[in-house]
Amino acid sequence: MALLETRGLTARYGDFQALFGVEMALEAGETIAIVGANGAGKTTLMRSISGVLKNEASQIVFDGEPIGALAAPDVMARGIAMTPEGRKLFPSLSVEENLLIGKYGRAVDGPWSLQTIYGLFPILRERRNSPGTALSGGQQQMVAIGRALMSNPRVLLFDEISLGLAPVIIRDIYAIFPRIRETGSSVVIVEQDIGQAMKVADRLYCMMEGRITLSGAPASLTREAIHAAYFGATA
Amino acid sequence: MTSLIDVVVQGVLLGGLYALFAAGLSLVFGIMRLVNLAHGDLIVLAAFLILALVTKLGLNPFVAALVAAPIMFALGWVLQSQVLNRTLGPDILPPLLVTFGLSIVIQNGLLESFSADSRRISTGSLETASLTLGSVDIGVMPLLTFLSAVAVIVGLNQLFYRTALGRAFRATSDDRVTAGLMGIRPDRIFATATGIAMVVVTIAALYLGARANFDPTIGPARLIYAFEAVIIGGLGSLWGTLAGGVVIGVAQTAGAAVNPEWQILAGHLAFVLVLLLRPRGLFPSAVN
Repeated sequence: MALLETRGLTARYGDFQALFGVEMALEAGETIAIVGANGAGKTTLMRSISGVLKNEASQIVFDGEPIGALAAPDVMARGIAMTPEGRKLFPSLSVEENLLIGKYGRAVDGPWSLQTIYGLFPILRERRNSPGTALSGGQQQMVAIGRALMSNPRVLLFDEISLGLAPVIIRDIYAIFPRIRETGSSVVIVEQDIGQAMKVADRLYCMMEGRITLSGAPASLTREAIHAAYFGATA
Repeated sequence: MTSLIDVVVQGVLLGGLYALFAAGLSLVFGIMRLVNLAHGDLIVLAAFLILALVTKLGLNPFVAALVAAPIMFALGWVLQSQVLNRTLGPDILPPLLVTFGLSIVIQNGLLESFSADSRRISTGSLETASLTLGSVDIGVMPLLTFLSAVAVIVGLNQLFYRTALGRAFRATSDDRVTAGLMGIRPDRIFATATGIAMVVVTIAALYLGARANFDPTIGPARLIYAFEAVIIGGLGSLWGTLAGGVVIGVAQTAGAAVNPEWQILAGHLAFVLVLLLRPRGLFPSAVN
């Protein structure tokens, strides 16, 4: 059985339905990527899994347990951590405090600690007393990733991890994925950059208008199929 | 010259009392942007609680305050989690209306329970004890009040900037949704903050009741002083709140030295003056 599954997941913002029966599965130790254009429902899917949006309990199953109706702190305590779109660092907290707050609801021993995260991103050690929001976009993304790692989660959700970052920074950020994979964490990456996503993902889901339109291992998917699933038209 | 120094010293010490009135208000506003219009009445409620413990159980007022503090913490926790959390949202009107109603409920409840008579918490010989420093006489109770205010603000700053709970307070204040992703439960954080504010309220109540007469209707006036101290200091800054209290205290003492009838007015004028010159308070950098 998959570690994390959505089963016919629907989500609404008031009268607007954003997700229509999304079926997705993440195996233990696996990295999957969810790609799609703006408004495809990727962030809504992340917000649903992380508990920011509440759903029917049975529509999201984690480790065999229905978690769809749980609030975000309860989901996080079970071991699902998220790096939200826009990074969302806390302006009142320093870099180090932003990292430390990441384990507030789940202080478990594991491969990740302040020291190992500083080892991963040495610049953060130098800037540890700066306000989190005083950093460059790429450094802020490092803090946001480190903050999620601090709880030693079983599943990591990265929402729009490369949005607004320079290509060289994106490359640096993606360079840490093998390290995360070594620790055994399962990863869900939400991306608009299909190329980056395909490099690290074991499987790819393509979304359009709130539905999964394509899924499979990157090597098994043709460029035309992805294009059609992404834009709804053939290349 | 001596009288000028005396005015300043007495004013600074009085400012400690106003800072105590204001610290709880500042804490709650800083974390959840909640303006608690019942804050002054909660101080009076705590004063009556201490008075009841002193008169019924024969406790020393300081011991009674120690007993009252956890009771007030629990009251604050329940009040926030069961009532005030339901009012928080983008609209600031519901919490204002609910705390205004709460103010009326507390005042009338105290009138029913304790009558409209003025009361005082007796601290025995401490009431008149004083120290002489050079040419200035310093009352022991005003000095204790000021030192307590400093201790409260040091303590709250330590809590805010040196503990995981303090980080959670600040993170929740910044962004409630993202705080939830860190495993922080904003409702509980808010309840804990109000509980801590009520402990500060209890300390303020001890000195309010020990230094002057009080009755069930004086809460709103204490709220005004608290507001003024918070706004003078700069919203969200605890040391600014102490400075704000001191500004009001010195202004009141100076006004009273000129004409006793001007005491209260001088404090309010100082508030208006600071607002005119520095609309964001004395320590605007502390504002989020």
